Amino acid sequence: MLNYFVTRLFRAVLTILLVMTFAFVVLRLSGDPASILLGPDAPTDSIAAFRARWGLDDPLWKQYLAYLKSIAQLDFGVSMRDRSPAIDLVLERVPATLALTVPTLLIQLGVGIPAGVYAALHRESVADRGVIMLSIFGFTIPSFVMGLVLVLVFAVTLGWLPSGGQDSWQHAILPIATMSVGGIGILARFSRSAMIEVMGQPYIRTAMAKGLSWRDVVWKHALPNASVPIVTIVGFMVGSLIAGAVVVESIFSWPGIGRLLIVSVSNRDLAVVQCLLLVIASAMVIANLCVDFAYGLLDPRLRAKAAAH
Amino acid sequence: MSYVSIRDLKVSFDGVQVLHGINLDVAKGEALGLVGESGCGKSVTWLAALGLLPGKATVSGSVTVEGQQLIGTGRAAVEGVRGGKVAMIFQDPSSSLNPVRTVGHQIGESLRLHRGMDRRAGRIEAVRLLDMVGIPGASKRVDLYPHEFSGGQCQRVMIAMALAGAPDLLIADEPTTALDATIQAQILDLLATLRRETGMGMVFISHDLGAVGAICDRVHVMYAGRIVESGAIGPMFDAPRHPYTRGLFDAIPRLDGTRDRLIPIHGTVPDPRHMPQGCAFAPRCAKAQAFCNSDVPALKPQQDGRQLACFYPVTAPATGTAATDERLPA
Repeated sequence: MLNYFVTRLFRAVLTILLVMTFAFVVLRLSGDPASILLGPDAPTDSIAAFRARWGLDDPLWKQYLAYLKSIAQLDFGVSMRDRSPAIDLVLERVPATLALTVPTLLIQLGVGIPAGVYAALHRESVADRGVIMLSIFGFTIPSFVMGLVLVLVFAVTLGWLPSGGQDSWQHAILPIATMSVGGIGILARFSRSAMIEVMGQPYIRTAMAKGLSWRDVVWKHALPNASVPIVTIVGFMVGSLIAGAVVVESIFSWPGIGRLLIVSVSNRDLAVVQCLLLVIASAMVIANLCVDFAYGLLDPRLRAKAAAH
Repeated sequence: MSYVSIRDLKVSFDGVQVLHGINLDVAKGEALGLVGESGCGKSVTWLAALGLLPGKATVSGSVTVEGQQLIGTGRAAVEGVRGGKVAMIFQDPSSSLNPVRTVGHQIGESLRLHRGMDRRAGRIEAVRLLDMVGIPGASKRVDLYPHEFSGGQCQRVMIAMALAGAPDLLIADEPTTALDATIQAQILDLLATLRRETGMGMVFISHDLGAVGAICDRVHVMYAGRIVESGAIGPMFDAPRHPYTRGLFDAIPRLDGTRDRLIPIHGTVPDPRHMPQGCAFAPRCAKAQAFCNSDVPALKPQQDGRQLACFYPVTAPATGTAATDERLPA
């Protein structure tokens, strides 16, 4: 069991390292921060001075080693733009992003799973067809389209809600709604098929044959089994949530890490982008570790497999 | 008065009728065998009776347990019968147990539901039941999950779970089909012992005539959704009269006596969507006449107490080979 978690942890660290390396190389190959930050008309000697200041003249491997070394000392570099520590810039944006993503995830779970389960238990009813149709609608509409339509309807036409900014809780409604829709669709669809699969299993018939009420059959026998595949998809959704934040924060001018990422990438603010990717990768890796751990709690067969490792 | 009474039970799936009006009675404490090929409706009869068929099945007719109607009377009526009065065990024990709950929990659930035990008393009783059905080290294994048991042991657990509700009748739906031959014998032996000790009635659904003969008092032979012959084990086994029943016996290899050729029943079970107009067995029957292809024989009581649905039944007592019955006139 311990072995299993050590392996998982090692794999997690490796994943983060890979993300960091990839980001490092791609960022340095995709454009010169000096010319972007200082502008195309900057004199050559100031560009040279900038490059020397940030160590951009060194060979790539040397820069990379220096980067790894500073990360190991928990030094995440400073912004090339305003010289403040990159980690501070990132951390100061995290709460704003959490203010969108956490409610979004809760709404996705709270609406998507019950809708899917209800549809599965009332198969081929009007409700079931409705859930299928709405969920296809939900996950096929791109969030930037959804966001703009919502702004058009609720901010521009009806004037009920603000179209952007972060001044009050009302400002969060449209971004959260935009982000929730896709995940609700995916979860509803997935919970429905997981539940249909489980309800057809012989042990459900056994539970019924025992004399349990329908409610107990569903709650005590079907749902615990259906939760394994549902947890898997929730793990994936945490990743798409962060990707969604990048788009939605831009549409609604929400000052979270998604918007910081876009601004920093276009400015080639290397330290900030790298630091952001490190935080995002860590969040996703932690989410996946939680999923792995949840598997063990939910399914004794997987627990046994883990123990055998 | 019979404990369970089934009258004119009909089942269809998506408009295709698979059960064509089953009538049968099970007396309290009686062991009844239900025999037939796969797909003849022997399992469907009892799944329908207990309301365990999937939603797309249409069920009509009447099923009463101690006089209480189960068909068309809502969920509560049938839930009140399941487990406590009539319990059921299934063909595939390993997948019939919930993989994410311990066996102790699953047995305990029945004990809490039907015998009002609390968690602690339930656990002690679960250990006793597991011990009774022959699970070694029951006090430790009560906390294990189904995947930690073999197929035969899972069936024992299923039996323990069924016993937990102290039912009057146990429906054993091909309980040994998925198991090895040696394990099959052990499970049959266990069922026979439990029946002797508890006085519980049993419906034994099987295509294994030997097993049915060892356990049951009476047997119903089913073919294509109908009962074609029924009666007490002795006369039925000595002298099967429906050509299909006869065919079942002729298709069993014999260990004693001469080594005769087996006589298989030719052809296959008719597709429920394209049932023959007359007797469903006519296309495969050596004795069939033109009349058999146009009319369906009804199940009628015979002089010797059995019931038979055949226009041209086998007249002679079977002695194991086809040749002998030609010599003996009716």
